[in-house]
Amino acid sequence: MNRLLLLGDEAIAQAGIDAGISGVYAYPGTPSTEITEYILASKEAREKNIIASWTTNEKTAMEAALGMSYAGKRAMVCMKHVGLNVAADPFINSAITGANGGLIVLAADDPSMHSSQNEQDSRFYGKFAMIPMLEPSNQQEAYDMVIYGFDLSEKFKIPVLLRITTRLAHSRAGVVLNGKREQNKVGLPENYRRFILLPAIARRQYKQLLEQQAAYEDEALKSSFNQYIDGPDKSKGIITCGLGLNYLYENYPDRNVPFPVLKIGQYPVPTEMVRKLYNECESILVLEDGYPFLEEMLRGLLNHGKQINGRMDGTVPRDGELNPNIVAVALGMKDEWGNPIPEIVAPRPPSLCKGCPHIFSYNALNEAIAEFGKGRVFADIGCYALGALQPYDAISSCVDMGASITMAKGAADAGLVPAVAVIGDSTFTHSGMTGLLDAVIDNSPITVLVLDNATTAMTGGQPSSASGKIEDVCLALGVEKEHIHVINPIPKNHEENMNIMKKELLYKGVSVIIPRRECIVTATKRLKEKRKVK
Amino acid sequence: MKKDIILAGVGGQGILSIAATIGLAAVDMGLHLKQAEVHGMSQRGGDVQSNLRISDKEIASDLIPKGKADIIISVEPMESLRYLPMLSPEGWLITNTTPYINIPNYPPMEKVMEEIEKLPHQVALDADKIAKDLGSGRSANMVILGAASPFLDIPVENLEKAITKLFTPKGEEVVDVNIKCFRAGREVSENNS
Ligand SMILES: Cc1ncc(C[n+]2csc(CCOP(=O)(O)OP(=O)(O)O)c2C)c(N)n1
Ligand code: SF4
Repeated sequence: MNRLLLLGDEAIAQAGIDAGISGVYAYPGTPSTEITEYILASKEAREKNIIASWTTNEKTAMEAALGMSYAGKRAMVCMKHVGLNVAADPFINSAITGANGGLIVLAADDPSMHSSQNEQDSRFYGKFAMIPMLEPSNQQEAYDMVIYGFDLSEKFKIPVLLRITTRLAHSRAGVVLNGKREQNKVGLPENYRRFILLPAIARRQYKQLLEQQAAYEDEALKSSFNQYIDGPDKSKGIITCGLGLNYLYENYPDRNVPFPVLKIGQYPVPTEMVRKLYNECESILVLEDGYPFLEEMLRGLLNHGKQINGRMDGTVPRDGELNPNIVAVALGMKDEWGNPIPEIVAPRPPSLCKGCPHIFSYNALNEAIAEFGKGRVFADIGCYALGALQPYDAISSCVDMGASITMAKGAADAGLVPAVAVIGDSTFTHSGMTGLLDAVIDNSPITVLVLDNATTAMTGGQPSSASGKIEDVCLALGVEKEHIHVINPIPKNHEENMNIMKKELLYKGVSVIIPRRECIVTATKRLKEKRKVK
Repeated sequence: MKKDIILAGVGGQGILSIAATIGLAAVDMGLHLKQAEVHGMSQRGGDVQSNLRISDKEIASDLIPKGKADIIISVEPMESLRYLPMLSPEGWLITNTTPYINIPNYPPMEKVMEEIEKLPHQVALDADKIAKDLGSGRSANMVILGAASPFLDIPVENLEKAITKLFTPKGEEVVDVNIKCFRAGREVSENNS
């Protein structure tokens, strides 16, 4: 028996290798990043020539995976929950085309927003696309579900959504590996025209997808990932999704839950199982990590039936991840914490590393823009978002990847001039370039700072697609050469950098300033490795 | 046997190598283990913690319930206090006394020590100094692990074996100094309690 201590993410990665994937495509994003990193570092994956690729964004990843599936091979695509917003177009449409080789879409949700801007629940996307969905309750299930998920995907020729949350992704436990499968050979779909989504074909394909729904549900009904665990006390029936089951078990020694429990791990929700629990119990408690997805379905709009408890009536808090204490309270148990946190304990928020190049970009920008006042700097997602904190207090927005340039454009169009965009190199290629083209076409008066630290730092230092070539990209998009500046963000250059910014703030068109210096963390890592090689 | 351990510190202080050592020893002994780690944003100089659970029975939750932790092991004194709501009334707090000051409003050290000393079961030691005196300032975390070791219900040989295994790739000298640091920390606890 091969038992390994793996993070949930690593279990999924190893399962992908064992399930015979030919490729994994991903854009980094906490808490999904470690899946692709594991495959990239795996000797086994290299020997099997598995393609492991950091893509430019989640949409390109999803499409590449769909292409690999079209060609008959198994593919996995991984992203954080908000990445699925970016990939939503190909994702929803892949349900209409269907898959050929097995295709698993992994979305890692972040309830409690440990490192995200929202806590959206990807299960709504699965339901929206009307495809089968899997949600593991532990690391072993995460492993098993990937293997099973590829079978399911190939059986029904449909992509399968695997939904995990931060807690599982970043928690380690023993996982037993289970066999090795060969990769598929290249092979066209039997009917490749189903990938041509012209209305006439799409209508037919969509009808087929609708017809398949009953079969997907039937599969969920038979699945070992969905279990009805009976209990003697029928005053309450409990439905758990994902990690909810563990927190429930934690509250009963030896897992002796007195109530009937319905554990859901595979969707569409098997109605029969829910009906059984509903009929046998006086009330229902729903424990799910994320939005009240199942609870809302169960209540319906009018909520005329039995008492249903969960996030919607406050039995469980409406937001944030579950934990054993929240579940104890929901069960009416005593919840005894240790001593309170002493008042003297101060918050310790994350901050920019000492010597980080972003610090010197912000110092220059703050001074250059001072005369115009605050509220004009549209920033983006990355380490530099920490410029929101003291002592910098340098930015006024951070919404979604790429939004800096486009929001600055909109604000400038509205008359807020000067308007500044601050965006990282990786975010720029992820979804900043198209917005820059918009600004060039309209000659919007914006100043764009593309912070080129030669890496995707926030997520741990993955390579960045256009690092070192940003000025070429900007030139090609039509930014005028004399309004593109590459600067070195170091204290010594403060005056010079500040003056360049000041000048460009006054220019009534698109200008791009590229502060270029490597991230301290990746630079240190690189030097260390270099020393090791010597 | 069941031990629920909170590991605390500041991003970059090496709490994960403490976790890895205990984990390695536990797995070697055939125990079950779950360990919730912090990755991503919170690593950049912010507070970090990890929930490490070991048991001879299967473990349900990745998170330790509040009020149920058996030990808090902290490499930073103020950080050790942040997790008091997690600690059970019988639980132990093991902490370094060298502060890591990267915020302007770090409380006065006497106040921090006062709070630590209020606890009925605690070991506070200057792990940075002990490690430095032994010639390896970077091994303060092994001093702390040593100080926590009498409370872990894991034989000391198994822990030392794990340290050896973990540091062997870095060379014999690194192994030796880390074992020395571990033993020095353990001695402090044994003389204390
Ligand atoms: C749609 C989406 N995908 C991924 C992420 C995760 N993410 C946050 S910041 C970041 C990297 C930013 O890199 P870069 O722009 O180069 O800035 P740096 O962190 O290097 O300063 C990523 C991938 C996200 N928040 N949203
Ligand atoms: S990881 Fe790199 S980019 Fe991020 S704050 Fe540190 S030095 Fe700056």
